[in-house]
Amino acid sequence: MPKKNDSQNSRGLISWIDERFPLSSFIKNHLTGYYAPKNFNFWYFFGALALFIFVMQILTGIFLTMHYKPDASQAFASVEYIMRDVSFGWLIRYMHSTGASLFFVVIYLHMFKSLMYGSYQKPRELLWIFGVVIFLALMAEAFFGYLLPWGQMSYWGAQVIVNLFATVPFIGPDLAEWVRGDYLISDATLNRFFAFHVIALPLALAGLIFCHLIALHEVGSNNPDGIEIKKFKDKRTGIPLDGIPFHPYYTVKDLIGLTIFLIVFALIIFFMPEMGGYFLEANNFVPADPLVTPSHIAPVWYFTPFYSILRAVPPILNSQFPGVAAMGFSVLIFFFVPWLDKSPVRSIRYKGILYKKWLGAFVISFIILGYLGTVPSNVWGQFSSAIPLLGGSDIATVVARIFTIIYFLFFILMPIYSKKDKTKPVPTRVRMK
Amino acid sequence: MAKKNKKVNLDRRRFLVTTTSITGALGITSLCVPFVSSMLPSEKAKAAGVPIEVDVSKIGEGEVLITEWRGQPVWILNRSSSMIKSLKSNLKKLADPNLKVSSQQPKYCQNKTRSIKPNILVIVGICTHLGCSPSPKLSPKGDMGENWKGGFFCPCHGSKFDLSGRVFKGSPAPTNLVVPPHRYLNNNIIIIGEDSKDKT
Repeated sequence: MPKKNDSQNSRGLISWIDERFPLSSFIKNHLTGYYAPKNFNFWYFFGALALFIFVMQILTGIFLTMHYKPDASQAFASVEYIMRDVSFGWLIRYMHSTGASLFFVVIYLHMFKSLMYGSYQKPRELLWIFGVVIFLALMAEAFFGYLLPWGQMSYWGAQVIVNLFATVPFIGPDLAEWVRGDYLISDATLNRFFAFHVIALPLALAGLIFCHLIALHEVGSNNPDGIEIKKFKDKRTGIPLDGIPFHPYYTVKDLIGLTIFLIVFALIIFFMPEMGGYFLEANNFVPADPLVTPSHIAPVWYFTPFYSILRAVPPILNSQFPGVAAMGFSVLIFFFVPWLDKSPVRSIRYKGILYKKWLGAFVISFIILGYLGTVPSNVWGQFSSAIPLLGGSDIATVVARIFTIIYFLFFILMPIYSKKDKTKPVPTRVRMK
Repeated sequence: MAKKNKKVNLDRRRFLVTTTSITGALGITSLCVPFVSSMLPSEKAKAAGVPIEVDVSKIGEGEVLITEWRGQPVWILNRSSSMIKSLKSNLKKLADPNLKVSSQQPKYCQNKTRSIKPNILVIVGICTHLGCSPSPKLSPKGDMGENWKGGFFCPCHGSKFDLSGRVFKGSPAPTNLVVPPHRYLNNNIIIIGEDSKDKT
């Protein structure tokens, strides 16, 4: 009997699998035979990093669930138990809490990349839409998770967000009651938020991420030049001339990105897990008290730009719904970007000065609104009563209103300025910068 | 057999597809009912909201007592005479000084002090904006600016209320704070959660 060597053995196993499951063709279609543009820059790390964080959150989450108790009378103590008594519990929890914040850092950078390089333009509209849905699901996931430690910030944050539903005309109060399962945030609410956080939303996110990747691999990756690499293919092989296989080229490159990310991640976990109150807020180390709101409450940093918009809009006709609607719209408006951008070119490299200015104004508004959301609205004091119209009103509120308007104008005026903008000619082949 | 199959009765097929789909959709919708209602407040939660008794004689002048009714903070503020006087000074800056939104207080508190006894204010300490609990800023001095006459300030979104829980114009809160139904059992004890007319 002839001796088989190892490679024959493994090939035998693989072909045995391939006859029953499309393993080799899957690897070829999505890794070794998936051709991505060769000119990716560092902005293209963040998609892969987001996927990595997602997996990490699931894994650390599983281990936290082994010790956490979703019960209003035990939740806070069980988190302290994880921090103090469970072996390496502190590490697993800090990985999870830091992972949550960095997830948003990475997602915001990932979204900014798309805005810069026009990665939402035809034919990538659906890819973008899946992305925005993932963003929404991620916000819900983060919000539900934030209630679980049952600290003061958890409690009052949930109180405010659930009451957003109560402002919906007509059905609002009943809707909020249904979401809470009680007349106030209580054990019933904590229990169901736990269910949403550990199973409903992670499951939805996994499905959405799958769809996002399938859509990406159907249309192919965009690139910093915004040039369609599929236009120039090798006539013999049909491979894009400006494309390189995802594996090994980009798997290796992403490993470099991952290494840098992990260095930053480790620095935060070991040296500043609370990030000066931005990742874990001081008030959340106080058990939830339904009778006393802490003197300063603010959401975690990644929600603050939207929270600022909520605060900035004054009530109209005795209803606070306009503020809530503005906040909702500030997120939902991302869905329409593929149709708002009328520019004939994708990348900011070939777009004109108008788009660059507006994108810059948008980023500045986002950051300033984000900052204002972390501080009380009277932080900069009041305008002196001598000034007409503005007299007596909080300075920070007025500033937030101005930047809220700029935030929305970026989207609303996009069809106009993207059409008027003077674009540069786009080269036919990608450039390596 | 093969010949017969060529003559497909399309009308019948469409009818069957439609009726099956409608029946299926109705079935799925009905199946949602138990799941959706399971998320409503349970019978246990509904039973928790009974009236409470509070002794107000121990609250010093200018002091506030925080108590709990239906899981919400209820403030009982014993206003001094200067506090009561200050209620008149801000009328122009208030959104609803004359209590036109009648849902925010029972009829017997629809008066200048929003209370049964002029000095004792009973009020639900939940902001009408998004449900945070405002902080008492009773003294005119402090971080609330030069024109502050005392009142309540909501830390979440910056709503301001006067010493009878009336909201200032320009606050995100649309209406005055809620005065809960309450009545005096005797000179010192009040019952929160029950109107005087419920006495029967």
